[in-house]
Amino acid sequence: MVLNRVMPCLLLRGGALVKTVRFRAPAYIGDPVNAVKIYNEKEVDELVLLDIEASRQGRGPDLATVLAVASECFMPLAVGGGVRTLADFEALYARGVEKVIVNSLLLRAPDVVAEAVREFGSSSVVAGIDVRRGWRRTLRVHSASGARAPRDAAEYARRAAETVGVGEILLASVDRDGTWAGYDLDAVRAVAAAVRVPVIASGGAGSVTDVRALFETTPATGAALGSLAVYQKRGMGVLISFPPRAALLGPDA
Amino acid sequence: MTVVVDYEMGNVASVLNMLRRVGVTDAVLSRRPEDVARADRIVLPGVGAFGRGMANLAAFGLVEPLRARVLGQGVPALGICLGMQLLASGSDEGAGGAEGLGWIPGRAVAIGATPERRVPHMGWNYVTAVRDNPLVPLDGARRRFYHVHGYHVVPDDASDVLATTPYGADLATVIGRGLVFGVQFHPEKSHRFGMDLLARFAAL
Repeated sequence: MVLNRVMPCLLLRGGALVKTVRFRAPAYIGDPVNAVKIYNEKEVDELVLLDIEASRQGRGPDLATVLAVASECFMPLAVGGGVRTLADFEALYARGVEKVIVNSLLLRAPDVVAEAVREFGSSSVVAGIDVRRGWRRTLRVHSASGARAPRDAAEYARRAAETVGVGEILLASVDRDGTWAGYDLDAVRAVAAAVRVPVIASGGAGSVTDVRALFETTPATGAALGSLAVYQKRGMGVLISFPPRAALLGPDA
Repeated sequence: MTVVVDYEMGNVASVLNMLRRVGVTDAVLSRRPEDVARADRIVLPGVGAFGRGMANLAAFGLVEPLRARVLGQGVPALGICLGMQLLASGSDEGAGGAEGLGWIPGRAVAIGATPERRVPHMGWNYVTAVRDNPLVPLDGARRRFYHVHGYHVVPDDASDVLATTPYGADLATVIGRGLVFGVQFHPEKSHRFGMDLLARFAAL
């Protein structure tokens, strides 16, 4: 058994950190390397870094920023955004990234992701799946990059894990992103029930209680924190910080 | 001078940075045999395939200088992840396997996958000392480290096993013989637990 994990989910735009609300309105947070140094102090389990404009701009990962972050990062690092080719995967691993997260590539070219899984191993490839609630609360796949998205999120996750072969799923709720309203626990349960790989939930964490509820009531083994990791409180200014691990995972974790 | 051997098996800058962080101000990244020959301490990190790791050490002309400095002159050495596996006599990884440095007799073998045990072993896990040693002492402290590996080293001599990680079975994740040590997990990705371990190595 490995332990449950809690991690900041950081968004990168033009080399700077930003924070979104429902995937929109990116607000400036600060410098990624400074943030990483603070998360080192906070002893977070992992770090997720997503470049939110690379795929939309049709460019590859920001390798210079990734190298700077990876070199200062005293915890495992997962990076996503702009990954299009096997060479992009390789370039990220060579810079010290443990896991590469693919989102629009999984929508556009799952065969490339499958090839990366064969080449680099399933545990090094994470599917980033964004979901939102549609009509009658149906769980839909959201495509931030404009790629065509399938309708059924649970089925899409199942294919990612079983057919494509990714080792982990980072499940982000568009509706909850930046809202402090708690994780979409039903979405986590629906996706986790469809796959056997670990699921990291993202979007909506507004308190320690939300994170504990995630671990206590869903099969998720990872919790990503956005607003809680970069703001002082709801509606207040930037503060790079992180709740104590024992408060999130219990004293024995 | 503490030499972190950079033989093109991944970005090892975080190893260097963590060493500096714990006060090892003389740490350098190098693949030059002449640096190895005058090192006071050697760290052999690395991620990737065993065969390629040995091939790169050979290509940079490092195998003999490392052996001379560590085994010949008794300088402390620490292998990390792939670097630990390279300390063994050989590995089953790759077609036909491969020979290692052979400083700690034993072999890297595949972690068998079972329905309860995913391979590779990837994530945070607790490491428990099985005999007192300078890196992970028998002091009752709980130490958590980040692991990523599909193979694990089985030393020929059980007394070379210093600490283990429970993953289906107790895997040897800290091994040592004399001043040669290997850790299967990533201290440089394991916060204060890793800093503590590297500081202990630096104090040898």
